[in-house]
Amino acid sequence: MARKKLSALPGFGLTMGFTLFYLSVIVIIPMIALFLKAFDLSWEQFWTVVTTDRAMAAYKLTFGASLVAALVNAFFGTILAWVLVRYSFPGKRFIDALVDFPFALPTAVAGLTLSNLFAENGWLGQHLVPLGIHGAFTPLGVVLALTFVGMPFAVRTLQPVLENLDRGVEEAAATLGAGRMRTFLRIIAPTLLPTIITGFALSFARAVGEYGSIVFISGNKPFETEIAPYLIVIRLEEYDYLSATAIAVVLLIISFIILAVINYLEVWAGRYHST
Amino acid sequence: MPGHIRKQQKVARSPSRRGTEEPVFIRWFLIAVALLFSVVFLLLPLVNVFAQALSKGVEAYWRALVDSDSLAAIKLTLLVAAISVPLNVVFGLAASWAIAKFDFRGKSILNTLIDLPFSVSPVVAGLMYVLLFGLQGHFGKWLAEHDIKIIFAVPGIVLATIFVTFPFVARELIPVMQATGSQQEQAALTLGASGWQTFWRVTLPSVKWGLLYGVILCNARAMGEFGAVSVVSGHIVGQTDTMPLRVEKLYNEFNSAAAFAISSLLALLALLTLGIKTLLEWQEAREYERAQRVSEPAGAPVVPGQKVETELQR
Repeated sequence: MARKKLSALPGFGLTMGFTLFYLSVIVIIPMIALFLKAFDLSWEQFWTVVTTDRAMAAYKLTFGASLVAALVNAFFGTILAWVLVRYSFPGKRFIDALVDFPFALPTAVAGLTLSNLFAENGWLGQHLVPLGIHGAFTPLGVVLALTFVGMPFAVRTLQPVLENLDRGVEEAAATLGAGRMRTFLRIIAPTLLPTIITGFALSFARAVGEYGSIVFISGNKPFETEIAPYLIVIRLEEYDYLSATAIAVVLLIISFIILAVINYLEVWAGRYHST
Repeated sequence: MPGHIRKQQKVARSPSRRGTEEPVFIRWFLIAVALLFSVVFLLLPLVNVFAQALSKGVEAYWRALVDSDSLAAIKLTLLVAAISVPLNVVFGLAASWAIAKFDFRGKSILNTLIDLPFSVSPVVAGLMYVLLFGLQGHFGKWLAEHDIKIIFAVPGIVLATIFVTFPFVARELIPVMQATGSQQEQAALTLGASGWQTFWRVTLPSVKWGLLYGVILCNARAMGEFGAVSVVSGHIVGQTDTMPLRVEKLYNEFNSAAAFAISSLLALLALLTLGIKTLLEWQEAREYERAQRVSEPAGAPVVPGQKVETELQR
């Protein structure tokens, strides 16, 4: 990493040295260790381990529930962001501050309180369970927990863009005779869509890796409510390090792909907003 | 100036605004949907923690907290945060200084690598350290021979916590330092200040809000981390149980009220974090506004009444 700029400031060697050292020790070397361990398996073995029926069921739940939760967040998160930016109502600032609550709350506590809320004798469960809606110890519970942890990402990504939206354009559309619905569909929605999709992707990425909250709410039944990270923990407890590593590598590669997509999306969403 | 824009909006709100605003019933419907969503997913989970924690009475609540195993968990959580947060602060300062003040090849790769821990599942993060330092791991034999315990001991918990909180401080500081540029530092150096003096007297004060912001977010995550810590801890009661792990254990023992009692402390931590965060945002906005006002050129159209209004709205 050659230094190019004619900067008069000192400390490049020291800070860069420490940054690279710390990054290597904490992130890069452990990550290499994971991939090296996976090479202890032959390709066929690796493939067999990561495609067992139990693992496939776990991926399906992890990605399916994350997808549903991210969609719920994209929809309701957009409404929430819209309402928080455009309208005024009592309690608005309180709710605005509370949007970050899932981000600040330890996931174990989130899972505990959600499973209690939706359980048979919980505040919400006592009304929902008689209707046949079981929010605890079911795949629906996984979706609920993932919606909770992903929500701040959907709302907080959209909010600044909504705040900076040029209302003059809407006024122009109205002056030219467009109704509110038409203005919304033709002017506002296309501008917001890339950001909504970015928020969706961020909340999806957060959901895919989630563990803490799900352990409490899902019941962790194999083939039914067992997510991929939980399967890794089970394999570890069985001292089956190789299987655990193989599944972890699959999850890690998928996270990298999601990260790349998000980076691309952010560039795409930002193309209208560069000043 | 925000007040200025708001004022204009108010003027634009003439009786007929069919074109730029939704009909009243749609507005109320959207507000109702948003409120319902926030009540179910934000307010009820929060209130429920405290209601369940106190469901067996204040005395039971207190007994659950002062239980010796719970106290050990609280101490361990504080210890882990006290080690990992300062280390990440030092890293955040170093990384943001190198990235924001200098140009070098590979900067965007370095940025991506710093963000990487955000996208790694905590369980996978814990597993990485088990593979390195566990008995079967790459360094496991050597560590065992020298009688050093990392996995299923406190050092492993600290490492896992550092990993999951790795980007927090750096992520807050890099944009702030990039925005302030390096002119002030260069001026200080020209006037004869040493590098350290420049850092302590010029750079640090200018990024203090961003730094504090990063620290409280980093601390909240460090104290609340579950997945990564759970993999490396070994769950030894009274020794390697952090508060979130203690919550799990009590829950599995069907001691729900005690689990919620510990949880209530963690929820209080979350609320405290949110409170400080909101205060910092106000503080930052106020300072930004003051700076804007100072830098406003003389003779600019400043209407005194507008300013008062802005102040009131904050």
